[in-house]
Formats: sequence, structure tokens, C-alpha cells
Amino acid sequence: MNPSLSYTLLFVAAALFSIGLAVVITKRHAVVVLMGIELMLNAVNLNLVAFSQYDPNRLQGQIFSLFVMIVAAAEAAVALALIIQVYRHFKTVVLDDLTNLKQ
Amino acid sequence: MLQIAFFAFIILTLIGALTVLITRNVLYSAYALLLTLLGVAALFVFAGADFLAVSQIIIYVGGVLVLVLFGVMLTSKPTTSDTSTVVASERPNAILAGSRGLWLGVLLAGGLFFGLSRLLLNAHFVLFDQPISNAPTTIDTIGKQLMTEYIVPFEIISILLLVALVGAGYLAKKSIKL
Repeated sequence: MNPSLSYTLLFVAAALFSIGLAVVITKRHAVVVLMGIELMLNAVNLNLVAFSQYDPNRLQGQIFSLFVMIVAAAEAAVALALIIQVYRHFKTVVLDDLTNLKQ
Repeated sequence: MLQIAFFAFIILTLIGALTVLITRNVLYSAYALLLTLLGVAALFVFAGADFLAVSQIIIYVGGVLVLVLFGVMLTSKPTTSDTSTVVASERPNAILAGSRGLWLGVLLAGGLFFGLSRLLLNAHFVLFDQPISNAPTTIDTIGKQLMTEYIVPFEIISILLLVALVGAGYLAKKSIKL
């Protein structure tokens, strides 16, 4: 892939990151906020992979994004366990309704 | 031909991401996220990262997305005929997720995208002048690197995965002792 396409990839990653940020800020459902975080992590991975192509001997970017993926999977598992526990307690997962510390 | 496929996958990815942002149905946004993750996997292939593309499909599409779907379905209300409740999230079929601070969020994200694209347009990356690799696959290099240079993070991440497994199982337990 020639450098101009790599630049295109960087723009796509920037757009994905911005959309993920908008999802995290505007949505009220906790699971959708989690999806926005996944989108942002994917955008970062795309950036790392786009640069890693020009570093074929060490592939630092690809290995870093592999670790990012694994941490994202662990984070998603823990976050969804928390969301299910919050739902059991409050009977809702809409973040604006979760205003009580004690109920 | 290759470029047409490349831009088609870019459009697929961005449409999926925008659908996650726009739609109000949580289940639809989960499926749109599937579209985006598959598109990103295809873009990984175009960037010469074949192993990462397969990992992306296995980890994200096969793991994280199934978890997210479980989360959506476990936290949605069973349908009842009672429509008298006032709270929006108490209504039946209230899986619809509205928006808060919509303009602020879109403005912030648009500003971020504008700033990032200005930065990218003005930047010149020295790394992009390097000769490109023409190795048929990256699996050899990734395997060697994981067993030599990155052996410590590789072992630590296995402990992290074990801790996350145990922790998620404990947190999702029926009667947790608080």
C-alpha cells in the first residue's frame, strides 16, 4: 500500500475516534457507551497498524495493537458484568437515572 | 480494483460507526458495531496485518460483540402491557436509548475531527518514506517478537486475562456480598 493510502487510513481512524467520542458523550444506555469505547480503541488500533507497515522487522505497532485488543476484551467482560449487576440493583442501565449511591 | 475495494470497506466502516451514533435502538447499534468491526478487520488486511485481522474477527466479533449482545438482552425489560409508568426507562420496550447533550457531544467530536485532520494535512511522517515490506505474512515476525522482545508483557497479559475471567465471573454472580 502506498503512503497516500496510509494517510487515508489515518483520516479514517480520526473519523472513527471522533464518532466513538460522540457516542460516549451523547448516549444514555450504558452498553452503547461501552460500544463507543470499543470504537475508539479500534480507531487507535487502525492508526498503529497503518504505521506498523513501514517497520517490518520489529512490527511494534501490530504487537502493541494486539495487546490493546486483549485488554479491550478483558475490559468489556468486566464492564458487562458490572452493568448486569447494576441492572439487578437499580432495574435500569440508563446512566442518567443512576443517581443514587444508596438505595 | 484494489482501491475500489479499499474505499468500499472505508465507507462500510464509517457507515457502521455513524449508525451506532444515530440509531436509538440498542440492538441495531450492536449490529452496526459488528459491521464496523468487520470493516476495520478488512482495513487491517489492506495495511498488511493479516494476523491482526484474523485476531480482530475472533476477539471482537466472536467475543466482545457476543458479550455486548448478551448485555443488551439481559438488561432489557420483558414486554408487559402496562404503559402507565412515567419513567422513560420503566416503559415496556424501553430499550430505546435517547441522547443527552447531543449538540455538545457532536460539536466536541466534530471539533476534534477538524483538529485532527488539520494536523494530518500539515504533517509529514518520516516513517512513510521508508521502503514498504513485501513479506508474504507477518505471523513469523509476530511469533518471534512475542517470544523474545515482548515475552514479559506476553506473560503479564495472561495473568490479566485470568484476573479478568475470575473477576467478571465473581461480579456477575447472583448474590454478591457488598
